[in-house]
Amino acid sequence: MSIILDKVDYVYNGGTAYEKRALNQVSLKIQDGEFIGIIGHTGSGKSTLIQHLNGLLLASSGGIYYNGRDIYEEDYDRKELRSKVGLVFQYPEHQLFEPTVFADVCFGPKNLGLSRKESELRAFSALRGVGLPEEYWYRSPFELSGGQKRRAAIAGVLAMKPEVLILDEPTAGLDPLGRDEILNQIASMHRELNMTILLVSHSMEDVAEYVNRIIVMNQGSILLDGAPKEVFRYRQELEAAGLSVPQVTELMQELRDRGIPVSPEVTTLKEAKEAVLQAFSKHRQA
Amino acid sequence: MNFIEARKLVHEYIRRDEEGNVEGILAALDGVDLEVKAGEFVAILGHNGSGKSTLAKHLNVLLKASEGTLWVDGKDTLDNRYQWDIRKNAGMVFQNPDNQIIAGVVEEDVAFGPENIGVPTEEIWSRVEKSLKSVGMLKYREHSPNKLSGGQKQRVAIAGVMAMEPKCIVLDEPTAMLDPKGRREVLEAAGALNREKGITVILITHYMEEAVQADKVYVMDHGKIVMQGTPREIFSQVDRLKSYRLDVPQITLLAHELRREGLQIPEGILTKQELAEALCQLY
Repeated sequence: MSIILDKVDYVYNGGTAYEKRALNQVSLKIQDGEFIGIIGHTGSGKSTLIQHLNGLLLASSGGIYYNGRDIYEEDYDRKELRSKVGLVFQYPEHQLFEPTVFADVCFGPKNLGLSRKESELRAFSALRGVGLPEEYWYRSPFELSGGQKRRAAIAGVLAMKPEVLILDEPTAGLDPLGRDEILNQIASMHRELNMTILLVSHSMEDVAEYVNRIIVMNQGSILLDGAPKEVFRYRQELEAAGLSVPQVTELMQELRDRGIPVSPEVTTLKEAKEAVLQAFSKHRQA
Repeated sequence: MNFIEARKLVHEYIRRDEEGNVEGILAALDGVDLEVKAGEFVAILGHNGSGKSTLAKHLNVLLKASEGTLWVDGKDTLDNRYQWDIRKNAGMVFQNPDNQIIAGVVEEDVAFGPENIGVPTEEIWSRVEKSLKSVGMLKYREHSPNKLSGGQKQRVAIAGVMAMEPKCIVLDEPTAMLDPKGRREVLEAAGALNREKGITVILITHYMEEAVQADKVYVMDHGKIVMQGTPREIFSQVDRLKSYRLDVPQITLLAHELRREGLQIPEGILTKQELAEALCQLY
């Protein structure tokens, strides 16, 4: 299974004075089971890109293939595509509307035309999947904390049983523990449900910690695409694109500049700790 | 007298059912004591629902205390006569830039505040220019706000508050929706106002890194202030912060873990320069 984008362009307000090219010749391949981070400054085209993946926005030119089928073909069922590629928008809790959390999560599957029983079964497993304790399931969404509401909203998308889950800044506005909880939950959904996950994030530290591959967007094009270690080697390019590298990666650079030979390939706290300890133990042996 | 002084401040939200009967009472602020001197840069940390934003809304009388007292600039917030004075002197910037920009041109948006309080026209223009300059947005004065980046919009919002010439500015998670560059821009703007113009800054945030530049940090939990001190004092207590659903900056955490492994690094390292310095001395 895969998603392929072939030279996708997207132009807003084409033919008018406000014409803006939001995507410019974007080509990429997303394989089954990948965990991808998408980073880029505000207005770099991240959100436009992810809305193409489930057919919410249609490319001005270029092609998109889901499992080998052209999604722009006339007889392609794009409604079904939207249930296969689940999209969790920013601040998804603003979209909760049913009187109880459970009813809200049932809404998606019911809308797919599933029976009430099947919808409820899916809601059960989705709410388990996001780790929301059962005591909250029959409460009004408005009685939940920020992090809990966010989970309930993600469960609403999970209940559609998507094969690919795209999350647009799922941790914005959450406190540090809430951030860790949501990210750990997403990582465990990736591991245990074997889902393909795309995570749009503004935190370099978070993407370095969790994802296998980073796509960097800049001015509607892909600037860099690779493993975190590869991508974070390009510090100057990232800074020019309004981004940064993780703080520990900056620290390693600083240490090397001052003559402590630590590995340059450090992007997470754990790696930084090991790199420093290793440099010190070598130095002491010498 | 301190610029902001709270004594046993309590704020209760009353929850009602559909018939209007009281279902429960939630004390969002539960006996808060707070003292902020004029010209200080204060960061307030706390998990979602800990009472930070409720406290912020008291500082410019969007909310009033259920019990206790709060003085801002020496004026009692419960006294209706002072409400407008206090609002003029304690400006607020909120999380979402798109919810607080109203005009079609940047300079008109910044002029809205002073115009509203009856400042003469010529003075409005000079204030607009000064405040846009202070946040580094002067060259965008004739632009349309919806073409700006998130960080730029937040700086316009700050300029709008500055044009009221407040003594204090309260920023309620101003960077939550911004990319790294936008976050840097907004923090630098707030820092510069504090350093160069002596404006008292109250910064509410979920990013521990942003609290490092503050003079003083307060930590809230369940409507109470549970920790207070300099950033160094606060962030050297890693385990205690974690018990309040908070964290420490990544660099501080790394220093903490390296110390556990036996490296003799001092407590409360805050920046990468400090950690690099400490490691170089040991090497």
